[in-house]
Amino acid sequence: MSLAPGARPRLPRSARVQFDDVRRRPVLLYPEGAVFLNETGAAILALCDGRRTVADIAAELGARYQTDVLADVTAYLEQLAERELVDHDG
Amino acid sequence: MTDRPTTLLAELTHRCPLHCPYCSNPLALARRESELATEEWERVLTEARALGVLQLGLSGGEPLVRRDLEEIVAHAHGLGLYSTLVTSALGLTEARVLALRDAGLEHIQISFQDAQAGPAERIAGTKSWDAKLRAAAWARASGMAFTVNVVLHRQNLDHLEEIIALAARLGADRLELANTQYYGWALENRDALLPTREQLARAEAIVDRAARAHRGTMRILYVLPDYFSEFPKPCQGGWGRVYLVVAPDGKVMPCHAASQITSLAFDDVRARSLEWIWNESAAFTAFRGEGWMRAPCATCERRTQDYGGCRCQAFAITGDARRTDPVCSLSPDRALVDAAIARAAAPPPAFRYREMPARAT
Repeated sequence: MSLAPGARPRLPRSARVQFDDVRRRPVLLYPEGAVFLNETGAAILALCDGRRTVADIAAELGARYQTDVLADVTAYLEQLAERELVDHDG
Repeated sequence: MTDRPTTLLAELTHRCPLHCPYCSNPLALARRESELATEEWERVLTEARALGVLQLGLSGGEPLVRRDLEEIVAHAHGLGLYSTLVTSALGLTEARVLALRDAGLEHIQISFQDAQAGPAERIAGTKSWDAKLRAAAWARASGMAFTVNVVLHRQNLDHLEEIIALAARLGADRLELANTQYYGWALENRDALLPTREQLARAEAIVDRAARAHRGTMRILYVLPDYFSEFPKPCQGGWGRVYLVVAPDGKVMPCHAASQITSLAFDDVRARSLEWIWNESAAFTAFRGEGWMRAPCATCERRTQDYGGCRCQAFAITGDARRTDPVCSLSPDRALVDAAIARAAAPPPAFRYREMPARAT
């Protein structure tokens, strides 16, 4: 599944990210499942609000990390979309 | 270091209005008098979160018979647990759906026994169809994630297309199609429930098609029939690795079927902390890791994927929980499973329905 730069990703209604203070890392929770995230993954998902496009998210994070992250952001969101943990328009 | 658990199944009660012949509860059901009190469940959940648990299944029996369910849900929500209610939906009202949601419940899973009232109520052993349809509509409208759960077996597998259509019509976000696992009541009823290979081949083709057709609207999860698999299931992600169950009476187990392993003793949350039970107890350490394994598991390259399969199944079929799961094609006991499959060609015997024990005098 490919995700266009203009797609607007968002978490499904049934999923949320929280900080697990036992393991000291962010985690994506959804019905009967949990995916532990690294800092970058959590930063990407925090911007998946259904309004920002993949390109917007990559631009914001790229500015933060001073590098081009569009390919990495796209690949990360594609693998979550494949597992239906991220929804998107477009 | 021992792994931390991610998931706790809280069996709040064994009381249930249904009598399904494949019930996953043990044959020896816990009576109401032995059930943990509200504060005890709240302490268990607090300890579970501190141990690392993130996912909570509120199950039973029928968890709705606990009048303190909303209180327990609210406590779990306060801890940051993601809560799922696993219910028959009997006794559910619209007000209670909303009260549970407002207390912090995030996911409701309603069981259906078949695609139509007649056969479904025959399996459930009680009138239940209309109540389930009503409850499904409230669950759908509540905004919580909504799963329809159907246990599959010989007597409903041929209705699979209608079952999938029912779940879609009810607006389920998820449909869990779980082939019967043969422990406890289901093992008692195995000759009435075990499907034929032909039934399963048809079912798998239907599931594949439906999973594609409903992609994006209803996620279809299919629990494999392990008797028909070449290799065993990685039971609960490995014994004492990610999963634990607290039974209604406070006994803590690595799997809901584990109480049938009579060679193990299970500790009680009334006597010990959950942390001690997880890390130190004889039951949880018995089959953790690989040290307990024998041939062929001990040197098998699959041992890090399936952990030797299911200990409960090894005990149920061979009487020895250390043996390789007999469903494995490498198990010396595989003939016992094949003999059970061969019997599925014969007409099914009558169900032995799940019943609570008679009240002690």
